[in-house]
Amino acid sequence: MIPRVMVVGGGIAGMQAALDVANSGYEAVLVERLPSIGGHMAQLSETFPTLDCAQCILTPRTVEVGHHDKIKLFTYSAVESVEGEIGAFRVRLRREATYVDWDVCTGCGTCYQKCPFQAESDFERGIGPRKAIYTLGPQAVPNKPVIDPAACKYMLTRAEREAQGKKPQCGACAKLCPTGAIRFDDAPRYFEEEVGAIILATGYDLMSPVRLPEYGGGTIPDVIDGLAFERLLSSSGPTAGAVRRPSDGKTPETIVFVQCAGSRDPERGAPYCSKICCMYTAKQAMLYKHRVHHGQAHVFYIDIRAGGKRYEEFVQRGIHEEGTLYHRGKVSRIYRDSASGKVIVRGADTLNGKSTEIEADLVVLAMAVLPRADAPEVAARLGVEIDANGFFVSRNDEFEPVVSTRPGVYLAGVATGPKDIPETVAQASGAAGKVLSLFRQWEFPSPPTPLPQGARGVRSTK
Amino acid sequence: MGIPYFPGCTLSTTATGYDRSGRAAAAALGMPLDEIEGWQCCGATFPLAVDNSMAFIAPTRILTQAEHAGGMVTTLCVVCYHVLKRSQVMLERSPEMLERINWFTEQPYHGQVRVTHLLEVLRDDLTWEGLRAAVKRPLAGLRVAPYYGCLLLRPAAEMRLDDPERPTILHDCVRALGAEVVDFPYSVECCGSYLAVEKKDVPDQLSLKIVQSAKRSGADCIVTACPLCQYNLDYPQRSYHPPYVGDAAESLGIIRGVPVLYFTQLMAVALDLPRADWGMEGLYVDPLPLFSRGEFQTRPVPNEEADA
Ligand SMILES: Cc1cc2nc3c(=O)[nH]c(=O)nc-3n(C[C@H](O)[C@H](O)[C@H](O)COP(=O)(O)OP(=O)(O)OC[C@H]3O[C@@H](n4cnc5c(N)ncnc54)[C@H](O)[C@@H]3O)c2cc1C
Ligand code: SF4
Ligand code: SF4
Ligand code: SF4
Ligand code: SF4
Repeated sequence: MIPRVMVVGGGIAGMQAALDVANSGYEAVLVERLPSIGGHMAQLSETFPTLDCAQCILTPRTVEVGHHDKIKLFTYSAVESVEGEIGAFRVRLRREATYVDWDVCTGCGTCYQKCPFQAESDFERGIGPRKAIYTLGPQAVPNKPVIDPAACKYMLTRAEREAQGKKPQCGACAKLCPTGAIRFDDAPRYFEEEVGAIILATGYDLMSPVRLPEYGGGTIPDVIDGLAFERLLSSSGPTAGAVRRPSDGKTPETIVFVQCAGSRDPERGAPYCSKICCMYTAKQAMLYKHRVHHGQAHVFYIDIRAGGKRYEEFVQRGIHEEGTLYHRGKVSRIYRDSASGKVIVRGADTLNGKSTEIEADLVVLAMAVLPRADAPEVAARLGVEIDANGFFVSRNDEFEPVVSTRPGVYLAGVATGPKDIPETVAQASGAAGKVLSLFRQWEFPSPPTPLPQGARGVRSTK
Repeated sequence: MGIPYFPGCTLSTTATGYDRSGRAAAAALGMPLDEIEGWQCCGATFPLAVDNSMAFIAPTRILTQAEHAGGMVTTLCVVCYHVLKRSQVMLERSPEMLERINWFTEQPYHGQVRVTHLLEVLRDDLTWEGLRAAVKRPLAGLRVAPYYGCLLLRPAAEMRLDDPERPTILHDCVRALGAEVVDFPYSVECCGSYLAVEKKDVPDQLSLKIVQSAKRSGADCIVTACPLCQYNLDYPQRSYHPPYVGDAAESLGIIRGVPVLYFTQLMAVALDLPRADWGMEGLYVDPLPLFSRGEFQTRPVPNEEADA
């Protein structure tokens, strides 16, 4: 019985679970697919319902995870295979080639400041680019860069140039790096870790707007998704927190938010409610108003689901104090008017029984929360189950929401279904608690003393 | 080889030009439309009450006739197509309903007819290449805005004809005839449908938007496959004409008319059929000036601003 846990996924759920276990004195191995930890929370600007700056509350945690002597961090890594069972899992990990020797790199940033080549950034949701050598942001943990071989000029030209007896192009980063950390010959590496329990916290993706052709299907530059808008609001984002629309950099004076975009829509594959978007839409409309005082925010909604502590009050504040205009009804079509450059939003207003049309400068789609696209493979590799929508299944939804269908494997965060940060963190602590009680039992295996028969509240069993 | 054809009431009474151009074009393409014998009205609306077996008797009877005529039926009217196709799907899914109706009609239907729209036959049987090869007078330079409406495509799970949000079947047909496709944002918007009967102002407003949008996108004409759409887009335009013509109409924000044609009429022109087979007499906005220029030269796109 190995009292060590592996946490798969380094979002807020995985971090919280790893910290809870590590702070109880047990070791945690945290595996994150991206070059640094934080998950989607690292993309957010400010968080409902407190409007705390997301980076400010996240950074102390990422730093703690990064420095914790009981947390072994594998970033840019994923699980290859799992053998064994509860108490003794043998997990094989694959770490992608970073092309930078992180043991030597000091994180000075010279390389990505000087790199002359850019690529589209998933992290910036298409709103801004990144370099061919990059980190996910100034606060990244670990703050060490990786090279994208599909964007790096050196690596792209290498085979051809060397065949001609010439040197590959560029190589600026290698020349400028003060510690000589660049390794163009890097290759993936494999590791094996032995743990007694596993927590799955792989989180979510947003549905791609390509799946909603009636909303432009991702072809209209000024129709973006919620995460892209978080990047526009974020002071560490591509516009340094100024709200400017992608097409021409203009400040949008009329902005339309479309709730339930893809959610609650069995025909689009997400029959469920994504649970967080009513709240983050209310937040985003408010934050927009804080940045663009003369602007007008409109929200189209089916109904407002604000079931959480102080959540309804938050939505009401948006309506009454920040002047967000709510229209009850679905949007049926979004298109770009080529003459004016405006984005036309057509929808129903079911309160006055008429159809409405708003000429917007920017449209934000609250796209459905989806499980990770590779959830089926991850589930197969770990021997757990997923439901019809692709979220991980608990052994018992009422009483064991964080326990998977496989002994020794626990679940936390949005990987089990849509939820916000407070709920995610509570679940992560719950999963960590389950693991800790296992470890405690393994170390002190004495059975609890039974109460005497007939004691108050104890029924005799026959 | 002829194709069993169900004309339906609208094409036999008001939209006769659609019927005429459709028959003529199909015949010219070597697949004449053979009117099925003894047909009656399909009911013209798909009954939404699932237990309403009465309303399914008419469409089932037509399907039975098609079964005898060779297991296939084609239509031009989109409303008929919608009703027949959905009835067919419903009968496939509900053997109980099929049995019940068969018991009543005493004319057993076996439930296996291929219900098609002529557009579908062009795409799947003739192919667009086949159509392109048959064109004698390519409509080069003619800017055509394809207008689908809803009944042709929706509900997509039952109609299974094309993507309901980004359809291409009319686009492809227009291109095969050598014309230029004008994409406009209202091409799959609803025209107001039967509200034309009850609440005239709704389709009138919708129609204005649709026509205006096509016009602003630089279209010479709108092409459709549905007599209801054709009527709803064309008829309200008669009031854009006298007394508001030309500059006066524009200064009032009212636009000049955009002809609304059936795809079969464009086919009749492109296949170089006699004028009588074009069947354009019944249209409100006269499309003939479009075709009197002889060849369709590429002209500059009209200034959008000026028309708006
Ligand atoms: C636009 C928007 C705004 C939001 N605003 C708020 C807000 O204001 N307040 C609030 O409370 N909530 C908000 N949320 C919700 C919040 O983002 C989530 O509750 C939270 O991020 C969930 O954390 P998580 O760790 O479960 O998942 P994620 O953040 O998705 O983290 C999962 C991590 O696992 C990694 N991973 C995935 N698969 C693998 C794998 N196979 N192997 C290894 N690693 C893997 C991922 O790279 C990622 O780092 C918002 C959400 C959106 C979309
Ligand atoms: S320049 Fe060298 S040391 Fe500095 S961040 Fe880049 S790789 Fe690391
Ligand atoms: S070699 Fe050039 S392109 Fe490649 S990462 Fe280094 S600086 Fe960027
Ligand atoms: S949380 Fe609100 S916006 Fe999101 S799917 Fe549910 S009801 Fe729609
Ligand atoms: S108070 Fe209850 S009934 Fe009303 S919205 Fe909230 S959860 Fe629903």
